[in-house]
Amino acid sequence: MPEQAISIVVNGAPVSVEPGTTVAAAIVISGSATRVSVIGQPRAPLCGMGICFECRATINGFAHRRSCQVLCQPGMDVRTQ
Amino acid sequence: MKEQFDIKKRSDIFDIIVVGAGPAGIAAAVRAAESGIRVGLLDDNPTPGGQIWRKGATQPNTARDWFAKLEASPVVRLHGWHVFAHPDSGVLLAERTASAEPEAIELHYHKLILATGARERFLPFPGWTLPNVMGAGGLDAMVRGGLPIAGKGVVVAGTGPLLLAVAAHLAHRGANILAICEQAPLHRLAAFSLRLLAQPGKVAQGINYRWAARSAPFHTGCWPVAANGQDHLESVTLQRGEQQWDMACDYLACGYHLVPNLELPLLLGCRTQDGFVTVDKWQQTSIPGVLCAGEPTGIGGVELAILEGQIAGLAATGRVDKAGALIQTRDRSQSFVRALEQTFALDPRLRSLPSADTLVCRCEDVSFGALNGYSSARDAKLHTRCGMGPCQGRICGAATSFLFGWTADSVRPPILPASFSSLAAPVSAPADELASNHISNQNRKDTL
Amino acid sequence: MKEEWDVVVAGAGIVGAACAHECAARGLRTAIVEPGEIGGGATAAGMGHIVVMDDSPAQLALTSYSQSLWRELAGRLPASVEYESCGTLWVASDGEEMEEVHRKQALYATAGVASEVLDSRALARAEPHLSPKLAGALLVPSDGVLYPPCAAEYLVREAVKLGARLYSSRKVVSAGAGEALLNDGTTLRAPRILNALGSEATALLPDLPIRKRKGHLVITDRYPGFVHHQLVELGYLKSAHSIATDSVAFNIQPRKTGQVLLGSSRQYGAEDTAVDHKMVAAMIDRARVFMPEISALSAIRIWTGFRAATPDKLPLIGPWPDDPTLFLAAGHEGLGITTSLGTAQLLADHLTGNPTKIPMEPFLPQRFVRSEAHA
Repeated sequence: MPEQAISIVVNGAPVSVEPGTTVAAAIVISGSATRVSVIGQPRAPLCGMGICFECRATINGFAHRRSCQVLCQPGMDVRTQ
Repeated sequence: MKEQFDIKKRSDIFDIIVVGAGPAGIAAAVRAAESGIRVGLLDDNPTPGGQIWRKGATQPNTARDWFAKLEASPVVRLHGWHVFAHPDSGVLLAERTASAEPEAIELHYHKLILATGARERFLPFPGWTLPNVMGAGGLDAMVRGGLPIAGKGVVVAGTGPLLLAVAAHLAHRGANILAICEQAPLHRLAAFSLRLLAQPGKVAQGINYRWAARSAPFHTGCWPVAANGQDHLESVTLQRGEQQWDMACDYLACGYHLVPNLELPLLLGCRTQDGFVTVDKWQQTSIPGVLCAGEPTGIGGVELAILEGQIAGLAATGRVDKAGALIQTRDRSQSFVRALEQTFALDPRLRSLPSADTLVCRCEDVSFGALNGYSSARDAKLHTRCGMGPCQGRICGAATSFLFGWTADSVRPPILPASFSSLAAPVSAPADELASNHISNQNRKDTL
Repeated sequence: MKEEWDVVVAGAGIVGAACAHECAARGLRTAIVEPGEIGGGATAAGMGHIVVMDDSPAQLALTSYSQSLWRELAGRLPASVEYESCGTLWVASDGEEMEEVHRKQALYATAGVASEVLDSRALARAEPHLSPKLAGALLVPSDGVLYPPCAAEYLVREAVKLGARLYSSRKVVSAGAGEALLNDGTTLRAPRILNALGSEATALLPDLPIRKRKGHLVITDRYPGFVHHQLVELGYLKSAHSIATDSVAFNIQPRKTGQVLLGSSRQYGAEDTAVDHKMVAAMIDRARVFMPEISALSAIRIWTGFRAATPDKLPLIGPWPDDPTLFLAAGHEGLGITTSLGTAQLLADHLTGNPTKIPMEPFLPQRFVRSEAHA
């Protein structure tokens, strides 16, 4: 991975991604579901464009962010449900 | 000279705000800004391009050209903001989509050009909520956003010209396209292809797409009836006529064409017909000072969106004399809009895909069976919670419209979720004086 | 076409649904007429807060009676009704309001409603997201919350099981002299016709002293554990009491889904359903004084509704003096959900000639007609 790789933390574990990667993609890369549904199903992004809200995650303590609309920044702390 | 938008501002004034930075919005903003007035271009994505020109490996030449024009123009760029309310005439409230804490801005405008584009239509079927079942544009967007796809097995399904474009792009990125399943029957696709012969550019495009994904079997009259797997997708069950077969895969990219993003036009009170915003020959809506271009006026693809955006940008700045050729080309393209509609009309058998326990509302986990007996979207919403989630009925609304014929409940602010602090942002009075200062010295014909 | 019933109930909001259910339970052949969604009017717009309130002795009696009826019914309510016995915390900002807290505790005790005074530390433990600058609160643990449209739906379904009939997608266009005329031309004949049309009750009886009081509500995405009780500022009563001015009051509720529901606002003279940005902003600003941390919560929906308000803030329950076949159960302002069950008992007792558990006199519609006749 080139030196411009960005390191973020997803559910406590470091994930290294290329610049321009969305937090949603980083969550999927980390092997995690983005959220758990009302009846307990694991969910991942569906629409990729900020419409479906399946990609909601807590980013730097701010809950319910649409992670497909957020680019990874160095040191970002991401938590899924 | 490009003006950098100062994100510390709590309010700002523009002569024209263009909402949506896809092809239509970019074209509208660029053309409007030529007149020297102050144009703001707003979009909730971090980079311009909307969906079809989303940043990623492959960009068609047209996209590169328009991005260059945008870069060279004085358009003020507001990327990463979503409009959530229209508290007063001439004022929009927007929130920063990707900020670390709530951040809202009050945007005053003299005229508005809505280029809010379209989203995919999702139809429920057993297993569609499994991780790695995505839209066709959905998987494409995720890949452009950094999701690795090389070596992954992908089934592309649903309906619409998007399927081939997505398959081609994913193949280009190293995906193994296992099948492309188009629900439309072969005879309709063949007829569509014949009509396209009148537009050689589109034929070339289609051929390019097909060539890129040439190893993938292309099935017509075919659709997924189930997505299978425990915690994530493992295989897809496909059906064509009487035949059904399973296909192991990593991703299912399934979308049933497009539905327009009407929330902002409806919030503003724009008249619609048959589910699209009605506009006159200058892309003017029923609300004075509000124009609309691109997919919300009719699903017609990129070229038409660019034409309509330009016409709107010219009309909003009183330069309709420059729009003649564009208007002629646009009018000739209306048959393409109808062709798309007819070719990719949904097979009624798709209504039988969901079983009683198939979820229809994904935000609130409301099943198809639970919706039985309710007579309208509002009735279902009040009693089953269908449509009460943060997507505000965008996903389940298109599905229930197809499954039951329900029309959407009325649109109220916030048209996208917004934080309490953004909702409480104080709104100053419409800034008529300042806006007219910008345009008072222009020698222009008003089209309104 | 004419059809005969013992009782015709116009309106399947929470009050009409409760009355229809109680009438059916008492063996009366009951018809329910509803043009729209069951519980789709003010019932769908309110907070679903089941609360004892003491604006007047009659209000205290009706709300405490009804609150205990809801607690009895709770075990039979389906999950969709989301009944939660979370209790109310009446929040005091200063020493003066703490005196009010003690006064309230004593008054509630007279109505058999137990409560507990919390000081500032105990309040902070009970609700960590509240501002630490508050003086304390009165906890009423027997209060609860529910989701009203499904409660109305449940009551209508139970009424139907007991023999009632729902005339859906139809409305009563006129009623009197033992006949209710529907908009499809059907006439329902009944010796008792109940107007339970809430803020639309004047459509059948134009002289009713019922005025619309518009309210706004905002609901968030899911934040389980953010708030545990329904929190209401003591100033709420002033807001609800005022009959002339627009007002907001801090009023926040945890829903069983984990969502946070924010109210409340009151406006007179606003007849349109549009969301008023200024009212929403005022409501949020008021709430942030008590709970600054709501700023970052994601609001997913805002809606409005019309409470049916009467001049003395008490509902109209009972016979309409000008026509022995007409009855009223309307004008419940912000207490329709709470007092629907008590209203149903009073009305059914009256119709069947039984003694009521609490005095009915304060609610009789004749209290307004009499004063008009002597004006």
